[in-house]
Amino acid sequence: MNPAALFGRSRDGDPGLLPDPRLGSPMPWVIAIVIALTVIAAASGLGLRNAASRASADLNGGVTVQIISAAPAARNQQADAALALLGRTPGVAGAQRVAQDQLDTLLAPWLGTRPGDSIDDLPIPALIDVRLDGAATPDRVKALQDAIAAVAPAARVDAQAAWLTPVFRAIATLQWLAGGLIALLTLATIAAVVLAARNALAGQRETIEIVHMLGGTDAQIARVFQRTAAMEAAAGGTIGLIAGVVAIVVLSQQFSALGSGMVAGAVLGWSDWVLIAAIPLCGVVLAVLTARLTVLSALRRML
Amino acid sequence: MHEPDAEIVQFDNVGLRYGTGKEALTDISFTLYPGRFYFLTGASGAGKTSLLKLLYLAQRPSRGLIRMFGTDAITLPRERLPGFRRRLGVVFQDFRLVQHLSAFDNVALPLRVAGVAEREITKPVDEMLDWVGLGDRRQARPATLSGGEQQRVAIARAVIARPDMLVADEPTGNVDPDMALKLLRLFESLNRLGTTVVVATHDVHLIQKVPESLIMRLDKGRMSDPTGALRYPPRRAAPAADTVLSAAGRDAGGGPPLGFAAK
Repeated sequence: MNPAALFGRSRDGDPGLLPDPRLGSPMPWVIAIVIALTVIAAASGLGLRNAASRASADLNGGVTVQIISAAPAARNQQADAALALLGRTPGVAGAQRVAQDQLDTLLAPWLGTRPGDSIDDLPIPALIDVRLDGAATPDRVKALQDAIAAVAPAARVDAQAAWLTPVFRAIATLQWLAGGLIALLTLATIAAVVLAARNALAGQRETIEIVHMLGGTDAQIARVFQRTAAMEAAAGGTIGLIAGVVAIVVLSQQFSALGSGMVAGAVLGWSDWVLIAAIPLCGVVLAVLTARLTVLSALRRML
Repeated sequence: MHEPDAEIVQFDNVGLRYGTGKEALTDISFTLYPGRFYFLTGASGAGKTSLLKLLYLAQRPSRGLIRMFGTDAITLPRERLPGFRRRLGVVFQDFRLVQHLSAFDNVALPLRVAGVAEREITKPVDEMLDWVGLGDRRQARPATLSGGEQQRVAIARAVIARPDMLVADEPTGNVDPDMALKLLRLFESLNRLGTTVVVATHDVHLIQKVPESLIMRLDKGRMSDPTGALRYPPRRAAPAADTVLSAAGRDAGGGPPLGFAAK
């Protein structure tokens, strides 16, 4: 792409007012860096939102009943009684006792799996995974606790979402952080374009004065700078988008390898990708508007 | 001499001061009428260029009133300035050509700025460049042109859109006498088509070549002959001047190409 071919000669009605008014050779690279960081920040924010939303949906109606009793027989008896009660309780969509081998698998990292070890003898609570047909509100959990207490005094009822409340809070904070980063990057783009446009204007001052004297309008002059800003932002935005997407793909592959259920939920949907693809376009619009306002504002100070 | 009713420019007690210095122009009052040919004379530093800057709206006066084309030029909103400037043709003393553009593109610039279609630009610009003797330098950049050639490009640019008023600051200072006469003929032709011409010059011989011209004289920032009544030199017989100018025209191969104006 040769900007001089566009701006040095008349083309598409452009009066060929100014020589290649490049806003500055670093501009596309600055835009590329900003766009890449924005893409990563936006993808992170969207991924976290998706993870939180999926986890929240999964846990929303989830309730865990723990039968905390050191005596295996009492534990099993109360667990069966609680299960039976839950099966009759309105609003309970399903209840299932977590199998012992699943518990063993969960506890293995902490308690060990050496031959000869037996964790059956440990006073591990019996767990019942309950699905309600709606949200596990504090009132419903309390009512369930009261009902179960009658048949299983050692039972403790917890909303599963409650366990992840601090995690959700952290995710919300990270989302705000991503939003803040995007806002800062937007300001950085504006500042970079303003500085570049002012420099370019200073370099073209004499030509601009001549064009003014010949009856050229501010809008005609500003258009030349807008086109340059658009071209440089488009070039930088494309590079930034590619770099950002590559970073997202690499990061997502590495997080997927963690095998964490929560992280697995941080998948970007097609609408998220559309949003991410729109970031360079927003960058171009922002650069063009900023260049226009900067140039018009400077030209207004000339006669 | 009967003056037309509608003046094209009216200055009334105009003063111009740069910064906090003394006034470069003081109490300037005069009226320019459409279709007239004016010379502005005065010694170096008398304020000719300052006065021309006010005329081509590159400077606002410090005081006084200026009306142009029937409108108060001092309170003219900035967004209306381009429209006014398109009615003016200006030959700057330092040419002020756009360095990155060729001679052709420099001459075409006023037409392009005015939004004239590209297909309507080539022929008149080529003809104008031929007329000023630069037909073979169309694609030359200003930096590669001599001072006289640059001046001719500047003049071609000033007249290409057939302005209502042509303001020229020492327009023949860098050209040989034959070319000076030829350019003067160009101004006269434009003038006959109705353009008001204002030429600032020291060159008495140039003034002598236009017997119908009116003279404004500046002396230390003041107008010493605002009405042009003190004509200098005394009026000469028109045929003599015509003979000289016609001879220049014949050498150039006919009249100037001013039939293209894009208004």
